[in-house]
Amino acid sequence: MHGLLTGPLFYISLGVCIIGMIVRFYKYFTGLNWQLDRVAYKKYPMMGLKGALRSIYKWLIPYGTYGWRQQPVMAAAFFGFHIGAVAIPLFLAGHSVFLKEKIGFSLPYMGSGAADLISWIAIVCLAFMALRRLVLPEVRILTDKSDWGVLLLSFLPFATGLLARYQVGDYGFWLNMHILAGELVLLAIPFTKLSHVFLFFASRAQLGMDFGIKRGGLKGTPMAW
Amino acid sequence: MPEGTLCNKKPIDTAEGITTLLADKSGAKYYEEMKHIEVDTDLLWETIQKTCKSRIRTWLEICAHCGMCADSCFLYLANKRDPKQVPAYKIQSTLGEIIKRKGKVDNKFMRNAMRVAWSQCTCCNRCGMYCPHGIDTGIMFGYLRGLLYQQGFVPWEMKIGAGMHRVYNAQMDISSEDYVDTFEWMVEEYEDDYPGLTVPVDVEGADIMYTVNAREAKHYPEDLAEAAILFHIAGENWTIPSKGWEQTSLAMFAGDWAACKMQVESVYDAMGRLKPRRMVGTECGHAHRASVVEGPYWAGREDGRPPAESIHYIEWLAEALREGKLKIDPSKRIKVPCTLQDSCNYVRNHGLRDTAREIVSYIVEPGYFIDMDPNRQNNFCCGGGGGFNGIGYFRKERNVGLKVKRDQILATGAKLVIAPCHNCWDAIRDLEEEFEIGIEWSFLKPLIIKMLDIPDHLKPQEEDM
Ligand code: SF4
Ligand code: SF4
Ligand code: SF4
Repeated sequence: MHGLLTGPLFYISLGVCIIGMIVRFYKYFTGLNWQLDRVAYKKYPMMGLKGALRSIYKWLIPYGTYGWRQQPVMAAAFFGFHIGAVAIPLFLAGHSVFLKEKIGFSLPYMGSGAADLISWIAIVCLAFMALRRLVLPEVRILTDKSDWGVLLLSFLPFATGLLARYQVGDYGFWLNMHILAGELVLLAIPFTKLSHVFLFFASRAQLGMDFGIKRGGLKGTPMAW
Repeated sequence: MPEGTLCNKKPIDTAEGITTLLADKSGAKYYEEMKHIEVDTDLLWETIQKTCKSRIRTWLEICAHCGMCADSCFLYLANKRDPKQVPAYKIQSTLGEIIKRKGKVDNKFMRNAMRVAWSQCTCCNRCGMYCPHGIDTGIMFGYLRGLLYQQGFVPWEMKIGAGMHRVYNAQMDISSEDYVDTFEWMVEEYEDDYPGLTVPVDVEGADIMYTVNAREAKHYPEDLAEAAILFHIAGENWTIPSKGWEQTSLAMFAGDWAACKMQVESVYDAMGRLKPRRMVGTECGHAHRASVVEGPYWAGREDGRPPAESIHYIEWLAEALREGKLKIDPSKRIKVPCTLQDSCNYVRNHGLRDTAREIVSYIVEPGYFIDMDPNRQNNFCCGGGGGFNGIGYFRKERNVGLKVKRDQILATGAKLVIAPCHNCWDAIRDLEEEFEIGIEWSFLKPLIIKMLDIPDHLKPQEEDM
């Protein structure tokens, strides 16, 4: 079981995720159409690039935009979860060792105290976002089964990871479950709403170009949307 | 019934067509027929496959259903936070469903989609600024309106409006002759006060080609005279085209893209004919958006710009005041608490967020200007955008939509609202009528004329007086 999960299944899910997202990126940008979208993408490459980078950058900074400042609590939960969702898979010591062994390189890793803290924060934030879906009418009306599916998929790697970490019951079992959960996420990314992991950058870049080229950029008005 | 005699999928292309439709009071028969017309589901799906590409599809797909866009929509706020007015919900329950069902939707669905598209969104594009994914619901609603228009599910006034553009190249039944006559006649009225005042028609190579909103010619002709007076006093070398003078596009509100193209090309043709150094449009937000911001794309101009540099009236005015072409008599500056309505169409959609404030700095006595909160690109739609003002069928909904602007104005304590946009001006007039909060509202032209410091040689001579 463990061998299967860390061997072929790992490579398959990673491959599907990477290839899937390359395809989606490619399709996104080739599907943009200056006339239908009414944005002269190619005519002003520098303004477009500036707008795109600005848009992505502003939204990646906590409270960097009016939008974030408008919803301070949600913004906190959002960043609380997403920092964990990016940092843990890439910078956890155990993951580093694993990645080094499997694909030949890994990133620097963080201490276990920090990793624990970040993981718990992520879980709490996730719980908050789930609660929000139940409590706020404006979010409840939007929520469907797939949103719960995505929340569950995001929760599982953290939950199983922590269970393994604190050796609740059988460590080996939880470790396998954890790897499985991680691979499920990788597989789901190109095909579900989790695609936003990458497509966030695509869609933000597009709106950024729109603002940079058409809605004020050429007038010299950098809008912090 | 596949199509009605009044309500159908055919655009209106003739003056008789318009007359027939207008004869149907408030569109009573039109809306009755609408209940029975058939949806051409094949055409709908085919159109979507051809025109709905990555941008909109990705938006629909990755929407995180987080609801962060809710508070950004003035209609959500005006309707007591009705969850059905959350931007993401509005677009997903309409356009989203049509795509999910591959176009297989029925008459009832389409009529509801029409209600949502024209009475629950003014395409003000505010929500797009508050969505972490950069999902611009206003743009999607513009797209949805096009699909609905193609199927005949469009409010009566919008169908007529688009027809007017097709027949008259203007949003109202004003011919080129009527227009030029009205302009000349209005200018004559003021000749005595401003010696030498004329309206130069079809002059080639002028510095400014001036274009208007047809409502001015029809309902507020003084506006034409005021424009002439200000150009005259500023010493501008200007002209009006006898054809291609209409800068607005109700077709844009209707989703009639072919008519949008016809309309804007009439303006660009005038530019080609007269070769002005630049075009100055009137105080209208949607006109600017139609001819300057979106127009180039309808006309297939790859650089996304009109053939001649084109600016909004506030840009010209700010420049004229800055450069001293127009001088304000300081003693005549505004001395009542006043505020400014930022038009989404040229602020959020074209970056002109500080231009009107520069004008304010010249014409308002310091201490009397109070900004609305929020303002500039974060300003709320007045409630009259996207054609909402003109649709009798949705008058109730429109009046509810005015509340957010009413409260914004009340919070400033202003007695005068400067509104350099036709739709905003109309909406603020209506909100005063509806809620009687005791405010006045004005375009910039009449305000400025009242406070001008006119050079002696342009004043009427003693013996003339
Ligand atoms: S803010 Fe954006 S992602 Fe969130 S529900 Fe609204 S449209 Fe969807
Ligand atoms: S574009 Fe404006 S009116 Fe339409 S949903 Fe967004 S905020 Fe509301
Ligand atoms: S009417 Fe005015 S405030 Fe409303 S959308 Fe148009 S420009 Fe914006």
